[in-house]
Amino acid sequence: MNLNRTTSFQLDWLTVIVFTALVVFGYFNILSASVAGEFTSYLDISKPYGKQLFFILSSFVLIILTLAVDVKFYERFASIIYLGSILSLAGLFIFGKQVNGAISWYDFVGMTIQPSEFAKFATALALAKYISDLQTNIKEQKDQIKAAILVGLPAGLILLQNDAGSTLVFASLFFVFYREGIPQNYLLFAVFVAFLGIGTLKYSALSICFTLAGILLIYQLFFKRKKKKIGGVLIILILGIGLSFGVQWTHNNVLQKHQQDRIGLWLRLEKDPVKLESMKRSVSYNLNESEKAIRSGGTFGKGFRDGTRTKGNFVPEQHTDYIFSTVGEEWGFFGSSIVIILFLSLILRILYLAEQQKSQFSRVYGYGVASILFAHFLINIGMVMGLIPTIGIPLPFFSYGGSGLWGFTILIFIFLKLDSNRLNEW
Amino acid sequence: MRKILLFGLVILTGICFIGRLYYLQIYTANEFDIDNDNAIRKVFHYPKRGYIYDRNDSLLVANQPSYDVMVIPREVEPLDTLLFCNLLKIDKDEFLKSYERAKNYSPRLPFPFLRHLSKEDYAFLSEKLRKFKGFYIQKRSLRDYQTSIGANVLGYIAEVNNKEIAKDSYYRLGDMIGKQGVEVSYEKKLRGVKGVKYIQKDIYNRDIGAYKQGAFDTLPVPGKDIKITIDSELQAYGELLMQNKIGGIVALEPSTGEILSLVSAPSYNPNLLVGRQRSKNYTKLYLDTIHRPLIDKGLTRMHVPGSPFKLLVALTALQENVITPKTNIICSERYVYGKNKRVMKCHCGGGFRNLDSGISYSCNSYFSMAFRSTIEKYSNASESMNIWSSHIKSFGLGNFLGNDLSVGKKGNIPDGNYYDKWYPEFQWGATTIISNAIGQGEILVTPIQLANMTAAIANKGYYYTPHIIKSIEGESMDPNFTIPKQTSIEPKYYDPIIEGMHNVYNKGTANFLKVPGIEICGKTGTAENFTKIDGVKQQLTDHSIFVAFAPKDDPKIAIAILVENGYYGSRWAGRIASLMIEKYIKGEVTLKRMEKLVIEKSLENEYLKPYSGKPFKINDQ
Repeated sequence: MNLNRTTSFQLDWLTVIVFTALVVFGYFNILSASVAGEFTSYLDISKPYGKQLFFILSSFVLIILTLAVDVKFYERFASIIYLGSILSLAGLFIFGKQVNGAISWYDFVGMTIQPSEFAKFATALALAKYISDLQTNIKEQKDQIKAAILVGLPAGLILLQNDAGSTLVFASLFFVFYREGIPQNYLLFAVFVAFLGIGTLKYSALSICFTLAGILLIYQLFFKRKKKKIGGVLIILILGIGLSFGVQWTHNNVLQKHQQDRIGLWLRLEKDPVKLESMKRSVSYNLNESEKAIRSGGTFGKGFRDGTRTKGNFVPEQHTDYIFSTVGEEWGFFGSSIVIILFLSLILRILYLAEQQKSQFSRVYGYGVASILFAHFLINIGMVMGLIPTIGIPLPFFSYGGSGLWGFTILIFIFLKLDSNRLNEW
Repeated sequence: MRKILLFGLVILTGICFIGRLYYLQIYTANEFDIDNDNAIRKVFHYPKRGYIYDRNDSLLVANQPSYDVMVIPREVEPLDTLLFCNLLKIDKDEFLKSYERAKNYSPRLPFPFLRHLSKEDYAFLSEKLRKFKGFYIQKRSLRDYQTSIGANVLGYIAEVNNKEIAKDSYYRLGDMIGKQGVEVSYEKKLRGVKGVKYIQKDIYNRDIGAYKQGAFDTLPVPGKDIKITIDSELQAYGELLMQNKIGGIVALEPSTGEILSLVSAPSYNPNLLVGRQRSKNYTKLYLDTIHRPLIDKGLTRMHVPGSPFKLLVALTALQENVITPKTNIICSERYVYGKNKRVMKCHCGGGFRNLDSGISYSCNSYFSMAFRSTIEKYSNASESMNIWSSHIKSFGLGNFLGNDLSVGKKGNIPDGNYYDKWYPEFQWGATTIISNAIGQGEILVTPIQLANMTAAIANKGYYYTPHIIKSIEGESMDPNFTIPKQTSIEPKYYDPIIEGMHNVYNKGTANFLKVPGIEICGKTGTAENFTKIDGVKQQLTDHSIFVAFAPKDDPKIAIAILVENGYYGSRWAGRIASLMIEKYIKGEVTLKRMEKLVIEKSLENEYLKPYSGKPFKINDQ
């Protein structure tokens, strides 16, 4: 067994430094975005910046607790943590508090807790545990389905709570499946669906189907060696037609009006400039203001707490989902680029460490951590800069909120704990 | 592949994000501009506009406070319109009209809702104003004229128009700007610099404190007081003499180029163009197309100079050595020239004429001879004409004087090219253009150019660019006004000319205009002029013109007078010249009978003739 406990405690300091830098920089931006006019005291608990300071301090306690627990605890209790998390999500339907149309919060004497933030590391742990189980072979369909249910359950519950953004984060765990060896075809299928979906929405199901048919016909006639076998091509065609109309139907019947509009704006579907202008003012008001704020920052930004658009509360939700616009306005191109580089370093470092793990459990979990962080990074910053449709999801360490910060802290430090143990693995 | 997919995607995302940032923040950045950020409200503090004093330190123009009600439509909340209209003393229609205009201009920029509130209305309103969200009072200062004279010199200020805003970003809608006279010429000195406070606003347009603790705020810089060269007593006297006449008087101090008076008749009371009645009065003045009171006739009325121009013809001939003071002719009351024996009449009385008597009796024949000799001096008429023209132009004719007055005209001094173009197929010569010799022809001058020419003769060969500015608080004089400009005529040639001008008073055409105790040199002029009535060119009564300077040995004043359609030179212009000179040099007028005659004379009938629609006679007594 492990006799050398002290030397086993080897944290990856690079990750810790990047993490700290992000949290500290994030705090100052929350301060800037929520100070609005009068500044009282850093410790003013009635203001978001005061609370955030408290959240940051308490997350140090969480870090210590997370690192203090025996390393085997996480693997052993993964299923218990997962079950607890599912229960807490389900409990929302009974005890939850509705905010902005989503039932995602528990209200404990003035403190709100968002269980979906904790479901992320719980699911990652459970997935790691399941995949690394000796009984499981992820290359088999039966196990793939089981693993998918493991991820789908919390994702579905969160979707039912009307928090589509967070659901999407769980989809990022696909990268874990792929890394652990599910067939290539899944990836090709995913890319196929993505192209088909975007094409359908941009043009129409009918035109996409005809284009697909045309391409397949040319392939069949000129490039295929065994011209008589037509089955494969037909399957792709039928699948394509079904998917394309399916996407169109889903868009028209399942998505809500504001979601349709956001996608429409992203795909530049509206050509009438008058209507477009009015849509920009209503549907993508936030995005518009956020882009304006970022633009106005220029190369070097306006300086800490000197962003006029931030100070004047021009960007709604700025201290939560749109926090990156504060960075853009006050710190300019250079400051924003540094934030992006910090996120890149964090995610890539975790990925690198994950690949170094000797145990499959640690590796799968590490991959899960990187995937989740990547999803948040991609969706949030992409949205704030207008690269992808508006989807409400926080930017790790920057967006205001206790649950989020705690969730991400635990997510990362469980991995760092696992990693610290890899040298003297049993 | 399985190991690097996520690696690759993460790096790709990072590159896309930094690219997007580059696009937003560098490539298409709206680099922060404190003046155009709708998150910042600018509050202006208008400084005092500089006062205007005359050369003897009497205050001509001061300021009075004015209160404009401004509105920012976006911030307006439902209000008690009845109460509001009562406070402002307007009716509901006016209210709605103004509000509509403000909204059309911009929902978020301040718009002058109602201008020039009286002090009393302001006092009542300011108590209740907090009830009316979106309205506020902007204090400005309006002019307060201490005098009723010199409207054309002092000019006026009015609200900037869009063209002026586009030209100079200093101005905002509702600001006042000089529109005429010294208010234009010295706008930047007089206006000062308005102070600005930058106030940070939030999305609901509420003030949330000074932007960057007021780091960019500026204090207003008060406008500078200026002193102008006008002698307001002389100016007032000139305006009195010119009443019921159209024309201009320009009086200069030859030793400095300072403009002692600049009369444009008819004029108007400058107080008419202040405050709420401004636009009504302005329209009235603007629409008076017979008298054109808004036009400065002393600066912009171009006319043929008539006989005073003979002085320059003589000087040029002397300089070119084609005559001497002793050169003489016999005038047969006509000058016959050219192949076809064309005739120019002369009113000098005929007989033996030399330079001196030529000037004093204004002999057409003598100057025709002098001009002809000058133009025929060189082999080529065009070449001679160019030389002649450059001599004449050295007196500041034919071009802008470069003075500090807001308006002016170039006039016209033809040269060789001018006639080459005019007569492309025809070999023109001195006789073709002989009417220039007596100041008719193609020459055009303004009264201020004539006055300047007279000053140059008085100075024997140089002049200072005429100017209206005497001094600006704490600034030194523009060297353009302190460095003398030389004419191309040698000083020695001026003596016989000045002698001749003196004799105009002693025995010549102005002998009945003598002023006891003052040696005046002058020259009468009569300028033919024409108008078009229903497309037909028709001659009007001649303009009465006079130039003079005095005293002869140490000139203190040089003056040019134009009385439109006043008939011959000594008739009105000459009388006015003598009265003005006496007034300026002695400080009082002894020629009471002459003064009474001039003041009582009205030329109104003369001016209405062309508009009567009936045939009329000209040049009748």
